Amino acid sequence: MKTELPSLSAAEQALDRRSFLRLSALAGGGFAVGYSYFGAATSAFAADAASATVFSPSNYLRVGADGRVTIYSARPEIGQGIKTSLPMIIAEEMDLNWKDVRIVNSSIDPDTSTPAPQPAGTPPAGPGGFAGPGGAGGRGGGGRGGPQLPNLDGPTPQMAGGSTSTPSSFTQLRQIGAAARAVLVEAAAQTWGVPVTELMTENSAVVHKASNRRAPYASLVAKAATLPVPANNELTFKDPKDFKLLGTRVSGVENPDIVTGKPLFGIDQKIPGMAYAVFEKNPVYGGGGVTSANVDEIKKLPGVKNAFIVTAQGGVPAGVAIVADSTWAAFSARAKLKAAFDEGANGSVSWAGLVEQAKAAGARSSEGDGDAFAGAAKTIEASYTFPYISHAPLEPQNCLADVKGDRAEIWAPTQNAPDALSKVAAATGLPNRAIKVHVTRSGGGFGRRLNNDFAGQAALISKLAGMPVKLQWSREDDLKYDVFRPAGFGFLKGGLDANGKLLTWRHHRVSVTGGGAGQDNFPQGFGVNALNPSTTIPSPIPTYAWRAPNSCSGAWVTQSFLDELAQASGRDPLEFKLDLLANAPAAAPAGGAGPAGFPGGGGRGGGGTNPQTYAQRMIPIVKLAAEKIGWGRKLPRGQGLGIAFYSCHQGFVAEAAEVTVTRDGKLTVNKVVAACDVGHTIVNLSGAENQGQGAIVDGLSTMWFPSLNFEKGRLVEDNFDSYPLLFMPDAPKSIEVHFVKSANNPTGLGEPTLPPVAPAVCNAIFAATGIRVREFPLTRTSLKWS
Amino acid sequence: MNYSLNVNGRSRTVDVTPETPMLWVLRDHLDLVGTKFGCGAGICGACTIHVDGESARACQLTVAEVGTKKITTIEGLSANGDHPLQKAWCDVDVAQCGYCQSGQIMTAAALLAKKPQPTDADIDEKMADNLCRCGTYTRIRAAIHQAAKK
Ligand code: FES
Ligand code: FES
Repeated sequence: MKTELPSLSAAEQALDRRSFLRLSALAGGGFAVGYSYFGAATSAFAADAASATVFSPSNYLRVGADGRVTIYSARPEIGQGIKTSLPMIIAEEMDLNWKDVRIVNSSIDPDTSTPAPQPAGTPPAGPGGFAGPGGAGGRGGGGRGGPQLPNLDGPTPQMAGGSTSTPSSFTQLRQIGAAARAVLVEAAAQTWGVPVTELMTENSAVVHKASNRRAPYASLVAKAATLPVPANNELTFKDPKDFKLLGTRVSGVENPDIVTGKPLFGIDQKIPGMAYAVFEKNPVYGGGGVTSANVDEIKKLPGVKNAFIVTAQGGVPAGVAIVADSTWAAFSARAKLKAAFDEGANGSVSWAGLVEQAKAAGARSSEGDGDAFAGAAKTIEASYTFPYISHAPLEPQNCLADVKGDRAEIWAPTQNAPDALSKVAAATGLPNRAIKVHVTRSGGGFGRRLNNDFAGQAALISKLAGMPVKLQWSREDDLKYDVFRPAGFGFLKGGLDANGKLLTWRHHRVSVTGGGAGQDNFPQGFGVNALNPSTTIPSPIPTYAWRAPNSCSGAWVTQSFLDELAQASGRDPLEFKLDLLANAPAAAPAGGAGPAGFPGGGGRGGGGTNPQTYAQRMIPIVKLAAEKIGWGRKLPRGQGLGIAFYSCHQGFVAEAAEVTVTRDGKLTVNKVVAACDVGHTIVNLSGAENQGQGAIVDGLSTMWFPSLNFEKGRLVEDNFDSYPLLFMPDAPKSIEVHFVKSANNPTGLGEPTLPPVAPAVCNAIFAATGIRVREFPLTRTSLKWS
Repeated sequence: MNYSLNVNGRSRTVDVTPETPMLWVLRDHLDLVGTKFGCGAGICGACTIHVDGESARACQLTVAEVGTKKITTIEGLSANGDHPLQKAWCDVDVAQCGYCQSGQIMTAAALLAKKPQPTDADIDEKMADNLCRCGTYTRIRAAIHQAAKK
C-alpha cells in the first residue's frame, strides 16, 4: 500500500533538507518520534528523552511503555479545531485507535520558535493570508508596527493564521505517524521472524494474517524503542483511499472540558500571589503620554494595591496601571480614574473626514481609464463602501504575567506565541531564553491575537508592580484598542459589448492606511481588459489582519459588481459568470507563472494560481452551489437567489443564498450553501463543516450590523450595544457545506469560506427586491419594496 | 462585607463589597471560572447562570441582590457533566472556540426546564440574547433539539 506523498511545496522540500526524523528511547520506557533540526535545541523535548537529542517541539509524539500515545501539538487552539484535527493525521497514518490517543499542548520554546526576520520599519509583505475563528493570521496586513510574524514555512510555526495550520502540517504529521508505525512493524517482524511485507496494522496493533497473530502496539514498544527510524525517503504511507479516521466526524478533544466550565482559557488562569490589573491608555490613536492622573486618590480605594503612570517604553504605550486584589476592585477603581493624555496631532481625525477624502479620490477614478472603454456598447458604474470593523473575539484580551528579576513567565490566549514572546522581551528587556510562554485556549481569534500587545503590557505592569498580575481588558478596551479591519471604497466601471460580453473592467480601490487589494482579482486574466488602480488615504487608526484580509471585503465588491454587469447585459448572473470562467486561456504557460496580467499575490491566495487552474477548480463548485440552492427556481417577488465565488488561502469556495425580504424591508436569510474545494482530504468532517458554517455566520454578521465610527481621533462605539453582531434569530436556519475533492494538498477552511457569503446574499437581495446594496453595514440601506 | 451564598448546592462565604457582580464573585473569589466575562453589560450572555432556576446575567447581578437565592453555574449543572445538553453539545460538536458555550448551555437548560420539547421559535426566543462570535448557532439549535429528544 505504498503511495507517494503529495508533492512537497518548495518550503517543505527545504524543510526536508534541513531536518530528519528522530526516534528517541524515553527514560521510563517507550519512545518518542519527532523532527530534529540542525542547530535547534529544545528543552521541552530533551527533558523527556533519554538522549539529549535536539527535537522540534512543534509536533511530535510519544508512545508510552503501555502503548498509549501522546501527541504534542504546538498550534494554538483558537476555535479552528486543530487540537483535534492535526493529531488525527498522525493517528491515521499510525493506525491508532483514536480513543488511545491523548493530546497535549507543547509550550513555546524560545530557542526553536523561528520568527521571520523583519527589517525595522518595513511593513509585513502583503498580500497575505489570515485567520480561522480562527481567523486571520499570517503575513500581510500592515498598519502601525504590526506583530512579529513567525515564518509560516519554517519548522515550528507555533501560530495559527492564514488557514495555514493544515497545509503546513499535513505532510510532516504523516511522516511522523508513518515513522512510528514503521518501527512498531519492524519490531513485530523481528519478534515473529517474518518479513515486514507480510504485516499490516489496524486498531493500534500489528497483524500477521498468514499466521493469525496479532500484537498490540503496547507489546512492541520496548523493542521498537531500540530500532533506527527509517529515512524520510524510505517511509511508506497509506493510500488516502484507505483512510479510516480522516474524513470522519470527530468531536473536539476539549469538548468535555468546555461544557463543564473547566479553566481552559487565558482569562481562567490563576497563580498564587497574583493581583488583577487594568490599564488605561490614550483614547486618541497615535496620541502621546499621560499629562495628569489622580493616582494618589486611586491608591486609597478599596482593594487597590497600587496605581501608577506608565511612560511609553519597550513597545508598550503610555497609560495608567491600576493593580488590585480582584478584577472588580480594579474595574471599580478605574471608574474613578481621572487621567488626561497628550492628544498629539490626531485629535481631529474622523470617519466622516476619511469618507470625504475617499469620495474625492473616487471622483478622479476615470483619470487612468484612457480609451479603455472606447469600444464598449454599454458601460455601467457603481461605488461601494465598507467600514472599519473590530475582531471582537468574545474573550476580551488578557494575559497573566509573572516577571521576577531575571525571568518572565506568561499565560496568554494568543494565536501567535512567537509574537507574544517578542512583545514580553521588548517590554521587560529580558532575553528570549528567560521567557516562558504558556499558550492557553483562546476565546476566538479572527486575527486579533496575532498581535500580542496585551502580553507586553501585562509583563511590564507585573515588572513595575513587582508581583504577578493578570491584565484584564474590558469589552470597551477590546473594541477601542483593537487593530481594525481596514475600511475601503471601490469605484468600479464595466464595459460590455453589444452581445453583453464583458470587455473592460476597472476597479479603483481606495483604502485607508493598512488596506490593500483583494487577493482574487477575477475576472482579470479571463479575456477582460482589467484596470486596477489604487489610492491610499492616510489614517492613524491602527489596522491589522481580520479573517481573510482584503478578501473579506474585496469579494463583496467584485462579485456584487459582476452581478450588476450581468443584470445590465440582461443575462442570468450564473451563466454570465460561468461564461467568464470559460474564458481562461487554453493552456497554462510552463514555469508556473501566470500569464501577464493575472493577479499575483503569492501562493496563498487565489492569486498565484493561473487562470486555467482557477477555472478548473472553480467551475465545478460554482455549478454545485447553484444546484444545491436550486438555481433557476421561479420565486415570488420578495424572495431571491444569489451566487458568488472566491479564492483565497489556497481554498476555492462558491456560495449561494436564498433570502426573503418583506415589503417593509425585513431581511431573512433562509439558506446558504457552500461548495468548497480545499484539496484531496478533509481531515475532520465535523470540524470542517463547523468552520464553514461559522465563517458564513461571521460574514453575514459583518455585512449586516456592525460598523465603527471615529470622531476627534477616538472610537465612538464602546460595547455590543453600539457595535451589534448577529444573534441566533438572524442566523440562517440551514447552512450546508459541501466538499469537492481535488488533487491538491489540503488547506484550512476558516478563511476561504467567509468572503463569498456577503456578495451571495446581496445578489439574492437584488433578485428579491431590485435593490442593490452598495454600503455596509446593510442596515444603512432600506430594503422596502412595493 | 461577608456574604453567605448558596452556590451549586453548597454554602460559600465571600468577603466583598455589596455591589460586586456575581460574575466576579464566582470567577475571582470562588474559583468557578466556567461563567465567562464577555461584555460586562448584560448584552452577550457569556455570564449566564441560574438564580432559583431562572437564567440570569451574572454581570448584572450584585452579590447583595443574590442573598440566599440558589445559584447554579455550569460547574453545578450536573454531577458528572452528563446533563442531556452537555452530552448533546459533545455529540453535535457544537463548540468552536467554546468561550460562549457555558452561557449558551445555561440558557438552554433554563429553556428545557420549562419547555422540554421546544420548537425552533421557542429556541430563537430564549437564545436570542446569547452571542456566539464564532457563529455556531446552527449546531446550538441542533444540540438543543437532540437533548430534548432524550
Ligand atoms: S458578560 Fe454578562 S452579559 Fe456579557
Ligand atoms: S464558540 Fe466561540 S464564541 Fe461561541
